[in-house]
Amino acid sequence: MDRNPSKSFQDMILALHDFWSAQGCLILQPYDMRMGAGTFHTATTLRALGPEPWNAAFVQPCRRPTDGRYGENPNRLQHYYQYQVILKPSPADIQDLYLESLRVIGIDPLLHDIRFVEDDWESPTLGAWGLGWEVWCDGMEVTQFTYFQQMGGFDCKPVAGELTYGLERLAMYIQGVDNVYDLNFNGRGVTYGDVFLENEKQMSKWNFEVADTDALFDLFRKAAAECRNCLDNNVPIAAYEQAIEASHVFNLLQARGVISVQERASYMAQVRDLARGSCEAYMAKEAPRWAEKYPEWSK
Amino acid sequence: MSDFLLELRSEEIPARMQAGARAEFEKLFRREMDAAGVEVGEVTVWSTPRRLALVAQGLPESTRAVSEEAKGPPEGAPDAAIDGFCRKNGVTRDQLELREIKGRATWFAVIEKPGRATRDLLAEAIPAIARDFAWPKSMRWGAASVSTGSLRWVRPLSGIVAILGEELVECAVDGVRSGYATLGHRFHCPGEITIGGAHDYAEKLRACHVIVDQEERAALIREGAQKAAAKAGLTLVEDEGLVIENAGLTEWPVPLLGRFDEAFLDVPPEVIQLTARTNQKYFVCEDEGGKLANAFVCTANIEAADGGAAIVDGNRKVLAARLSDARFFWEQDRKTSLTEQTKKLERITFHERLGTVAHKVERVAKLARWLVEEGIVKGANPDLAEQAARLAKADLVTEMVGEFPELQGLMGGYYARAEGLSDEVADAIRDHYKPVGQGDQVPTAPVTVAVSLADKLDTLRSFFSIDEKPTGSKDPFALRRAALGVIQLLETNSLRCNLSAIRSEPVDGMPWPTGEPERGLLDFFADRLKVQQREAGVRHDLIDAVFALGNEDDLVRLLARVNALQAFIATEDGANLLAAYKRASNILKKEDWRGIEGEIAQTGEEDPLAIVDDPDLAAVVAAKMAERHASGLSYTPEPAEKALIDALHAAEPEAARAVEQEDFAAAMAALASLRAPIDRFFDEVTVNADEEKKRAARLDLLARFRAAVHKVADFSRIEG
Repeated sequence: MDRNPSKSFQDMILALHDFWSAQGCLILQPYDMRMGAGTFHTATTLRALGPEPWNAAFVQPCRRPTDGRYGENPNRLQHYYQYQVILKPSPADIQDLYLESLRVIGIDPLLHDIRFVEDDWESPTLGAWGLGWEVWCDGMEVTQFTYFQQMGGFDCKPVAGELTYGLERLAMYIQGVDNVYDLNFNGRGVTYGDVFLENEKQMSKWNFEVADTDALFDLFRKAAAECRNCLDNNVPIAAYEQAIEASHVFNLLQARGVISVQERASYMAQVRDLARGSCEAYMAKEAPRWAEKYPEWSK
Repeated sequence: MSDFLLELRSEEIPARMQAGARAEFEKLFRREMDAAGVEVGEVTVWSTPRRLALVAQGLPESTRAVSEEAKGPPEGAPDAAIDGFCRKNGVTRDQLELREIKGRATWFAVIEKPGRATRDLLAEAIPAIARDFAWPKSMRWGAASVSTGSLRWVRPLSGIVAILGEELVECAVDGVRSGYATLGHRFHCPGEITIGGAHDYAEKLRACHVIVDQEERAALIREGAQKAAAKAGLTLVEDEGLVIENAGLTEWPVPLLGRFDEAFLDVPPEVIQLTARTNQKYFVCEDEGGKLANAFVCTANIEAADGGAAIVDGNRKVLAARLSDARFFWEQDRKTSLTEQTKKLERITFHERLGTVAHKVERVAKLARWLVEEGIVKGANPDLAEQAARLAKADLVTEMVGEFPELQGLMGGYYARAEGLSDEVADAIRDHYKPVGQGDQVPTAPVTVAVSLADKLDTLRSFFSIDEKPTGSKDPFALRRAALGVIQLLETNSLRCNLSAIRSEPVDGMPWPTGEPERGLLDFFADRLKVQQREAGVRHDLIDAVFALGNEDDLVRLLARVNALQAFIATEDGANLLAAYKRASNILKKEDWRGIEGEIAQTGEEDPLAIVDDPDLAAVVAAKMAERHASGLSYTPEPAEKALIDALHAAEPEAARAVEQEDFAAAMAALASLRAPIDRFFDEVTVNADEEKKRAARLDLLARFRAAVHKVADFSRIEG
């Protein structure tokens, strides 16, 4: 069956999968935890550390509780999809590969104005930063393009290139619709709204109004404690999952408006410490193996 | 002689960094050539998002041979010393020669440095330039980045073209080898193109849809955008910053005009312009009446197959989404009154040791009212001043300012007007952050002045009271700007107040700083004033001359005095009086003459003038002086001496009266009346008379002259 990425949301995703698979990427599935961005996926965060080559692509659902608009805003959602590609080390032709992927989903760069506009990326919670661009298509940001320089407070050796496509935006653009809920999901008339509108309404209400804040505070404390427990027992991947959990619970508390400006910084510092501690433990556990296999890495 | 071309290609260089990069490129190239002894004439540097290019005209084919001599150890020095000397200079022992230096045989090495081919020197210089290039932010990339020692560049460095004349300069930077090939426009001409040399570089690129000269691209954007607007019957709102930014984002700029839904024009024009500018880098347009039109000009980087229709349509949608967000904020925010909004300020920390923004607002409101009630700010209604101050920060919690922080104040003004508050209050809310730095408009509407002044004074006194002062280049709370704002407000509006007397009731236990912090604050104002006046072209020594009088904290009076002094010093009388003053001072210093001052208990200060500066002692000195003058002389003065005494008798009270009445021009005129008598005194009278009583009396007279001048300004601080 022919794909039609310009008429179908799912075909667009499948076309990206086909393309990046052909480039040698592992096609992974979403991480099964609530997270604010695809960068939290262990395939990105933890795999960005260390010298081993790593090429992967996956869709990651992202939850940003404060962006919820009860399904009333045409392009803001508290739950949406990112398409992540991580290429380590960053290949010399990474920009060309990326542009080719746009052609594959139907964007002609001689008809549309594609631009790489400076936008550096920083995630204080992950102790990570990188340089790169937001990629514009006719003035719209469609992708975040980053060369990771540090992750979890460690230098990335070698540097990984990360591409994050905003799938809904891109699809809205390609399909020529002004409202995300009007997107054709399957190319046969099922819309994005059919799939997600009710979800957005209920989850916005839960995020902003319903969620039990005492329970959330409790969850945060428990996640933080469990993270430390994991670190004590040298299971850094499990520790990192608890850091993801704490980060998301913090975002929910923010949406409920129960964290004051002063407290905010302290919560963020806690999440950062959990994430960094996990990365540090992951590094420590893997370092001897890496050093043996990649002598130039430890220099 | 050959022209040299060097192109360093990379992935997209941030627009804002390109100007700096061009300067850095030329600087490093000249540095390297200078070190290699290659004479460099004219250098041209270009940048696009994807390349930096440098053309140096008329480089020599090689450097000249030079012969250098180095002096070594004396004959008979230990072998180790002589061997070391040889090693250092790259010669063998039998190449050394002995020469007689100050009667001592000394080894010399003559080092012949042959000329070197410029091409070889360039091949060495290019990697050095790349390695030392200072970018505001740089990164590592690719497989080589497994080591942190790999090359850093702003974005991955992808190609090097280096051609001297028509010959390749072979070199490699971190695995990137030089060649003749470069790339044209990313989409129009994706293949490689071969460059012959500096002579055909720009034209070959132009043929491949790359305009390498940033000035040319800027001109295309500037004129193209104007034309596009004119074609639609509109006028472009010019914005040179945007022109340069777009020139840094494109290799083949094509300005295109698009329209947005007229309904968005309900949103304040500043919001539309800001959204278009900062988020999208679009120009905006005005109609015949000077009103913002529903049009934008974007700058594409391609000559699109459909003439740009799809691009314009895409950009229109993006702008529409942004503007609908802005309109949503505009509508949402107006549903809540500013008074209601201010309650949320209790939740925002102003500074951890200074309470919330609500606390600050309370202090500013009281101070604004006080400034009006005390008559410092005239012509304002105290109720309106307080009301405006209470609402001035309310827009900080609006959605719009949350999204566009640079609209603070402006939005508050709009919202105030929308809810029917008086224009005076709305204007004060809008403009109370002004002036923001030198050159910004300074408020003159009384209510605005009261709020603006109170806001800045409160910020200053608050941070000084917790000892958070600017240090060096660090001024995180923008206190220098606040102090400058206060100075500009006082000066522009001729507001009279002694800064040290400004008080308002303490709020939440936050009193005015007293003691050390308060003095610190006054000194801080003095420093800012000096900086500001210096920038305005006032001689710093004249400012010092007035400041040295001490204890002046009325800035308006202080400035009037400085200005009068500046005018006076420029006249012939002023210049001559200054010369006479210096002469008198030198004599007194040479004679170590303390006169009456010497009779007063010393404080350990060595500089006798310091005593006159001391306000407490000045009165004592004056009293003693008056006593002595009254007692008259025990001998008959010479005519010139008598004339000076008379002139001082007349000038002293006149100068004092003028200073009292703040008529500083008159005070200067009083001093000017001393010029002829003092000149004549120096011409005709011998100060160092043989008779001790005459000498003492004449030195006293000079001291009196000096003191009279000091009533107006400390002339010892004046240069020249």
